[in-house]
Amino acid sequence: MTVALWIVPALPLAGFLLCLLLGTRLGKGFVSAAGVGSIGIATLAAWSRLLPYFRDGGGAVVERIAPWITAGNFSVDVSFRLDPLSALMVSFVTFVGFLIHLYSVGYMKHDETDAGYARYFAYMNLFMFSMLTLVLANNFVLMFVGWEGVGLCSYLLIGYYYEREYAAAAGRKAFVVNRIGDFGFLLGMFGVFSLFGTLDFGDVFSRAAANPGRFAPGLTVVCLLLFLGAMGKSAQVPLHVWLPDAMAGPTPVSALIHAATMVTAGVYMVTRCNALFRLAPEAMAVVAVIGGVTAIFAAVIALAQNDIKKVLAYSTVSQLGYMFLACGVGAYVAGMFHVLTHAFFKACLFLGSGAVIHALGGEQDMRRMGGLAPKLPVTYRTFLVATLALAGIPPLAGFFSKDAILTGVFAANRPILFAVGLFTAGLTAFYMFRLVSLTFSGRFRGSAEVGAHVHEAPTTMTLPLVVLAFLSAVGGFLGLPEVFGESANRVAAFLAPVFPPIFLPGHEVARHAVSPAKEWILMGVSVTVAAAGLLLAWDWYAKKAGRPAERLAASFPRLYALIADKFRIDELYDVLFVRPFSWLARVLWKVVDVLVIDGFLNAGAFVVELVGDALRFLQTGNVRNYALTFLLGIVALLLIVLAG
Amino acid sequence: MHLMGIWIPILSIVTYIPLAGALAVVFFVPKERTGAIQAISTVIVLVDFVVSLPLWFLFERGREGYQFVEKLSWIPSLGVDYHFDGISLLLILLTTLIGIIAVACSYTAISTRQKEYYVLLLLLQTFMIGTFCSLDLFLFYVFWEVMLVPMYFLIGVWGSDRRLYAAIKFFLYTLAGSVLMLLGIIALYFYNTTGFHSYKGLGQPPTFSIEKLTAVAAGMPAELQIWLFFAFFFGFAIKVPMFPFHTWLPDAHTEAPTAGSVILAAILLKMGTYGFVRFSLPMFPDAINTGWVLAVVITLSIVGIVYGAMVTLVQKDMKRLIAYSSVSHLGFVMLGVFALNMAGLQGGILQMVNHGISTGALFLLVGMIYERRHTRMISEYGGLARQMPIYATYFLIMALSSMGLPILNGFIGEFTILQGAFAKNFWWAFSAATGIVLGAAYLLWLYQRVFFGEITNPANATLPDLTAREQLTLVPLVVLALWIGLYPKPMFDVLRVPSEKIVAAVGGRTLPSPALARKPAPERDPSLAVEASRP
Repeated sequence: MTVALWIVPALPLAGFLLCLLLGTRLGKGFVSAAGVGSIGIATLAAWSRLLPYFRDGGGAVVERIAPWITAGNFSVDVSFRLDPLSALMVSFVTFVGFLIHLYSVGYMKHDETDAGYARYFAYMNLFMFSMLTLVLANNFVLMFVGWEGVGLCSYLLIGYYYEREYAAAAGRKAFVVNRIGDFGFLLGMFGVFSLFGTLDFGDVFSRAAANPGRFAPGLTVVCLLLFLGAMGKSAQVPLHVWLPDAMAGPTPVSALIHAATMVTAGVYMVTRCNALFRLAPEAMAVVAVIGGVTAIFAAVIALAQNDIKKVLAYSTVSQLGYMFLACGVGAYVAGMFHVLTHAFFKACLFLGSGAVIHALGGEQDMRRMGGLAPKLPVTYRTFLVATLALAGIPPLAGFFSKDAILTGVFAANRPILFAVGLFTAGLTAFYMFRLVSLTFSGRFRGSAEVGAHVHEAPTTMTLPLVVLAFLSAVGGFLGLPEVFGESANRVAAFLAPVFPPIFLPGHEVARHAVSPAKEWILMGVSVTVAAAGLLLAWDWYAKKAGRPAERLAASFPRLYALIADKFRIDELYDVLFVRPFSWLARVLWKVVDVLVIDGFLNAGAFVVELVGDALRFLQTGNVRNYALTFLLGIVALLLIVLAG
Repeated sequence: MHLMGIWIPILSIVTYIPLAGALAVVFFVPKERTGAIQAISTVIVLVDFVVSLPLWFLFERGREGYQFVEKLSWIPSLGVDYHFDGISLLLILLTTLIGIIAVACSYTAISTRQKEYYVLLLLLQTFMIGTFCSLDLFLFYVFWEVMLVPMYFLIGVWGSDRRLYAAIKFFLYTLAGSVLMLLGIIALYFYNTTGFHSYKGLGQPPTFSIEKLTAVAAGMPAELQIWLFFAFFFGFAIKVPMFPFHTWLPDAHTEAPTAGSVILAAILLKMGTYGFVRFSLPMFPDAINTGWVLAVVITLSIVGIVYGAMVTLVQKDMKRLIAYSSVSHLGFVMLGVFALNMAGLQGGILQMVNHGISTGALFLLVGMIYERRHTRMISEYGGLARQMPIYATYFLIMALSSMGLPILNGFIGEFTILQGAFAKNFWWAFSAATGIVLGAAYLLWLYQRVFFGEITNPANATLPDLTAREQLTLVPLVVLALWIGLYPKPMFDVLRVPSEKIVAAVGGRTLPSPALARKPAPERDPSLAVEASRP
């Protein structure tokens, strides 16, 4: 028996409704069962489809449910699509989602009221529904439904602690910045429709591949608009500002939405549209540059953050930049592979940081941590594995995916971007080991009272950590580089059908053939850089208690302040956009509306009043009489006209 | 329509049930018996709604031409009859539904002169439905004009502090527009018969039949069409309201009692866009296809979207904020209608209904909190989500619907409108789409200030959550919002044939234009149409 595709998103939707409508009444036990159970069953349902699909491979399976919008020649169906790309996404979205839901039981149980607990799981389930819809959609509009749905859940969950002013503000900021991206996505979608006459993925991409010369001219604008959408969702510079603030939500939310799944939706969308982007080399170049800039920019900021979640947030922004860098140079497989491995190790890191925060009673500042390794052994070990994976130490997962990206950039003959990517790898290793050192080694710097209560997390929380750490360790073997054999990269072989052969005349991309020897060298270089960053951080923060870093910061005080202040981008936007905009809005209201338009009218009324004063004897001051006279007048007038 | 072989004038029945109820209240119920007045009014609007429902089922989706026609002679030389089609169908049903809500939300809100109040509400309903039904221009004008009177009193008597200013402003503003429209109607009438000024008449028998006059108007010289287009334009544009004729709206909305605001937003604002769809588009195709005329209308629509949204952003009064958001939303409707293609027109009409649902509900919600706290200032609130979670949920759903979030109604309307606009001109869609960013900004900003944060004002610490009655008034709107969002096909089915007729009449092309071609394409270039239709 095969499970219909729509069942997979429908199960979390059912969980959402159960939690929302009955959750408060039936209590936490029920909510845990419904909220986690629905995702568990959805995971099983999805994997019952995925396992045969992974085994047999195969083409795209489209399951049409019903027509949705039909207006003129425009029509869109509700239909779902299983192809290698969506299969890859569903595989980890369901599984990692399930682990994080499980973790949430332990994380949220103690602090929250029944109503708050129900609300939390309702939103998380709604998120899973939206994310799976986004991934499984067979057309742009349905994808957009999921796209907006995940944005809404992100808004609701960032603002979960809505009584805290900054959490509410962070949620709104996330939504509005994402809307700027949606603006691009919407217009891009209309552009696709006007070029191809359909929004169905299969039709659009096969038409593009069949007739590249005809569509290529219009596609640059379309792809840039679509990419604007991806930039919003995946927090790329200059729309990255919402993601660090999004850490105001509960930590499992950060792990699920703002690390493993939703934020990679932009990468997924660009990869999904690869047939369009490959026909728009200028747009691809923009993708690559934005990705590269974001990667290094966010990594630099992460160096100087003291909030454990902020470091991880900027790290996520930076890693998303890597993924776009890969897409931009045409290494889509490497980008998607990084999406996969990143989901494992970044979810593990966020959940680990959650365990730390949980243990310290809500403390997030690393300056008041330290020496936690012996007290939180499971958290420490899993965190270390995930950190090494992110830093790109072989043979952990991040090494292979990052190496695939760097090789792709190198092969595309983009030396500057390659250097940026390589340098960022070093920065990544550095800030991650700074984080590990500050948190787990040395001695505890918090208050004695907090220190006395430090305890390892319950099993519902540690179990997901262990599973994710294991996947972070071995996930990379799914995508071994070519030097290990033709078919060693199973991810690439599996995803191959998603990338139809497209030849665009006049745009042959010069590609280095990367020989095995060069590939070994590249691997060696990237490992060396990562190891250097790692050891330097270890030396500065674990051995010398951060003193060299303090000295360095003291010798460049203004630069350090600038980096620590995240380059003051929020302040810049405030001055450039927010304030002039609200000033203009006030002017429009107070000056144009009230002074000019109403002033004109009131002046007119005043003149009428003067005349009226002169003709006072006709005036009764009773509007009813005017209306009546007016109506009678019309009737009389017309009767006269008609009679005559 | 025929039921068991008997002809039933269903439209007249729907139209005059509220009038009959109003007369019954006036003559048979003493004004002290407020409970009885409320009960009778409620029964009347419920019956009216139930009677109007068969229209939805009996309306023949695929059929061209007028449906449910009733015709009887009024003034010998005038044909007075009722006309009906898909566009009106949705608006009539919306009117009867909103009628129930308007009565139900007034029980506790109105505590003075109940008898007059409910009588006026019922009268207003008759006049609104009559406007949507009229197939005769004279009859249409009578309903259109007389509608002002009950609304004037609803604002002026039961409104808040500045009610007189608002009521008179509303009355004079719309009256001014109507007078110009009347001139247009009279000119049309004479063009059909004896002629006027330098224009030679057609010498046909006098008529106010919309069907005949539409054909007559469409055959007029373009220059005369432009004059008449603008005569009607002022009447409709003020009602919509389009920028810069919108300044009556925030005052009227803000000062009106809740039911008044709901009706204003849900129904009265639709009169303007309805007029454009019903009259301007089929009557004056040559005027509309004149480059500068279309440019004026589109520019004002887009300015309305952006301007309205910006001014909304800085409002301090909840009702005024939602009122200004209507300027932005109606700009979307106008853009869709004047995209002159199927997607734009159907989206525009659907968005009229959507705006009625979402904004009507938002006014209803603001009315509920106003009844509890007697203030509309946003700064008086904060942290309500903790104290009134059910209220917060409804408000969130309707705010999301208003900002066009998918699987709610607003998305379907905005999406199809923007698609239609894009097919016509990339920059129209581009400029208008900024409105969706601003829409999210002002609604979430409002939501944050009212519902999030801690309760700082002690007056909010003991507010009771929504009562069952209040929820009952909201539930139908939420259900409709979800229905249209999830499965809009029935709506589009109703609109398809009438819209096709209008689009054909105004000569718009339904094909997507290659808007992304490198050089801007000239309008109505046949070679481009062929290019774009190729799969």
